[in-house]
Amino acid sequence: MTRESYVNLACLAGLILIPLWAHVSDEPFTITLATRAVILALAALGLNIALGIGGLVSFGHAVFFGIGGYAMGILAHHAQNYTPIAEWPFLIEGTKSMPIIWLLATVVSGIVAFLIGLLSLRTTGVYFIMITLAFGQMLFFFSISWAEYGGEDGLAIYVRNGFPGLNTLVPLQFYGLCLAILLLALAFQWRLAKSPFGLALNAARQVPNRVKAVGLNPFKLQLVAFTISGMITGLAGALFADLNRFVSPTMFSWQLSGEFIVFIIIGGTARLFGPVIGAALFVIIEHVLGGISDYWHIWFGFLLLGIVLFGKGGVIGLLAGGAKAHD
Amino acid sequence: MSAILVIEQLLNGLQSGIMLFLMAAGLTLVFGVMGLINLAHGSLYMVGAFAAAAASAATGSFFLGLVAALIGAAAAGAIIELTVLRRLYARDHLDQVLATFALILIFSEGTRWVFGSFPLFLDIPDLLSGPVTLPGGIQYPLYRLTLILIGLAVAAGLFWLIARTRVGIRIRAGENDREMIAALGVDIDRLYTFVFALGAALAGLAGALVGAIQSVQVGMGEPVLILAFVVIVIGGIGSIKGALIGALLVGLTDTLGSIFLPQLFRLFMDPAAASQIGASLASMAIYVLMAAVLIWKPTGLFGAKA
Amino acid sequence: MTDVILETRGLRKAFGALQATDDVSIALRPGEIHAIIGPNGAGKSTLIGQICGSLAPDSGQVFLAGQDVTGKDTAQRAQAGLGRTFQISQLAMEDTVMQNVLLGALGKSAAPWRFFGAVLNDKALRKSAMAALERVGLADEQARVTAELSHGQRRQLEVAVALTLQPKAFVMDEPMAGLGAEGSARLTKLLDGLRHEAPILLVEHDMDAVFALADRISVLVSGQIIATGTVDEIRTDTRVREAYLGDEA
Repeated sequence: MTRESYVNLACLAGLILIPLWAHVSDEPFTITLATRAVILALAALGLNIALGIGGLVSFGHAVFFGIGGYAMGILAHHAQNYTPIAEWPFLIEGTKSMPIIWLLATVVSGIVAFLIGLLSLRTTGVYFIMITLAFGQMLFFFSISWAEYGGEDGLAIYVRNGFPGLNTLVPLQFYGLCLAILLLALAFQWRLAKSPFGLALNAARQVPNRVKAVGLNPFKLQLVAFTISGMITGLAGALFADLNRFVSPTMFSWQLSGEFIVFIIIGGTARLFGPVIGAALFVIIEHVLGGISDYWHIWFGFLLLGIVLFGKGGVIGLLAGGAKAHD
Repeated sequence: MSAILVIEQLLNGLQSGIMLFLMAAGLTLVFGVMGLINLAHGSLYMVGAFAAAAASAATGSFFLGLVAALIGAAAAGAIIELTVLRRLYARDHLDQVLATFALILIFSEGTRWVFGSFPLFLDIPDLLSGPVTLPGGIQYPLYRLTLILIGLAVAAGLFWLIARTRVGIRIRAGENDREMIAALGVDIDRLYTFVFALGAALAGLAGALVGAIQSVQVGMGEPVLILAFVVIVIGGIGSIKGALIGALLVGLTDTLGSIFLPQLFRLFMDPAAASQIGASLASMAIYVLMAAVLIWKPTGLFGAKA
Repeated sequence: MTDVILETRGLRKAFGALQATDDVSIALRPGEIHAIIGPNGAGKSTLIGQICGSLAPDSGQVFLAGQDVTGKDTAQRAQAGLGRTFQISQLAMEDTVMQNVLLGALGKSAAPWRFFGAVLNDKALRKSAMAALERVGLADEQARVTAELSHGQRRQLEVAVALTLQPKAFVMDEPMAGLGAEGSARLTKLLDGLRHEAPILLVEHDMDAVFALADRISVLVSGQIIATGTVDEIRTDTRVREAYLGDEA
């Protein structure tokens, strides 16, 4: 086993043991923090498929997070108010069922990711960064102007949505559900990275001309990766909204898109557990520094600056040795 | 709708576009010459606004406030260029994004620390307040008209600087071939610091000028930054001319869209739904514009071929 | 037309006032190595770009195995049987040697849309990848990271990736670039045997290699083919000596 595998195992053990400990010692807030970390990790993991393997620096992934959030918000809002979403051409009702919400969140995120990718992937480099950022902002302003679903104030959902066979109101059970999804996504990404598609996508990042010369189309590869990536981040958005029982335009904000990238970089680009470690560290830093100073973002900013300027390979690179950095 | 309203809105669009140009010019110069994508450009806009608000509150003079904005933003720009950004020129865009994202956090929270979370107010000087009557009997705020004139003057100055002066020649040379101008004995480090400080001063000036009609607060820079990105994507990265055209297009689309789209929908919808849908679409109009330009020309209107 | 594998007819491409290729017609026949030589700036890169599909000609056509591929992009031409190598190695440096050839095999099988199943365990892909590595003599290096390879080995790997496509024709853009005498000799021997699998259009600066390998040579000067012929014909052609070998004559 490589050292990276040990780091991954330790991370996995922490994800299972810490909430169990918090449950036993009756610290529900710690479970909530852990849930937050797991969901943010899922969102960043989605981005990592585009960014880490595909080299697509999307600065607009909050779009999908927000779409997932609003998929939950809109369905649950109609369900709790007993109003249909649409009566024509046929009756569509809201729902409080997580599986249906997740399905809608991933499908709509996937469609939007496909469309944004179709336009943005015509460009590369710094254009791609700016355009994805701009599309993120477009949906942010759209959600603010959408008065029917709360506009700037967002939507509050009074009771967390349900999952068959579980009581999602119990923090540990909801955490378990989120963790299970994260682990499934990790397994998916692990297999994806080793698959023929993963090989081709990884090559399209490094040598697009070569990929063309062997008869493959980098644009198509990247578009599919971007779509899958958006779907996973969208699913995370639905979970995040359910954690807070609240959704608002801030889920579309560009700061969040930036933070997703930060999670990946803190953890280590293209490392399987990179987004998990990055998101967990962010939640811990937010909690610890936030308790000390109202202005903790300053210290976080300096920390991030230090990591970018001096520490390649992220935390996993530091622990596992051997930066797996790429340009 | 009356012709007066249309002209008024055209002027408003022109005013917001020309202020956007001041932001976009610095961004596009820095990208063109140094190859750097700088998210912290919005922070320099904010620094300019706060410097102006603080200085004019202390001295009672709006014009000293503007001077403070120019100096403050240029100094802040030079400092981050010297300490952080010059380490990033050779790095990939991802590193540049992250480091300048970190700078936003530091600038924003630092400003909040010093000035608090409440907005500051920067008053329009008496000399420039009140309306002015334009030919045709249109009443228009004198201050906004002044912004248009200042913006046009700065744009003209910038074009002159790039096209006609020694430093302009070096800037253009720097865009084409970095090694070559270094080999010719130009102090490239100083040139970079100068270009960066120049861009920062323009952003700071825009922040101070716009700060007087909006409020001066933490986070004011980033929405403008993203608009400026849209501008340079439309205009073509690295092109000052593209930045000017792009800024005017974005300013006009945004202003006219938010006024006229709801009215357009009112023609065939009930008023409440029309203003709802009109407002939603107006908020997205500039991004639709950007998407349209990209489909037509992936490197922007005046961008170099990739 | 069956005796010509790859053919260009009247290719023209101008950049502004510069006519980079001017009515270029060449033919690559089965089993031959057809070298294209010419001074710097003669338009060789522009020609290769048009043959491989990265540049659209202003006028003229490209045929591959009798099929007009002028309107097709690079990927489609590769699928149609055009295997190319690059002047500057285009290899995934972070990946292993095996992964690089597997990419070629993947292109040939046109099956990159499999999201599960480790590509390294795919028997069919591995078999074709291994065959290509053995052919160029890199079988022992298959597990190494490409960045660790010597320059010469990278040039061999370039050829191996093109081989996995089992192409109908090769287009090689200065395969000898940067190689020492020993490396050149090894690659020359490899290409010598390769011509029987698929003919090679060889753009090359290394004249020793060209004279050793080429069945026919075309000389490109200022965008125009000024002469085509066997090695001996080209050596003695006065126009060629004037235009190209003038200082060596």
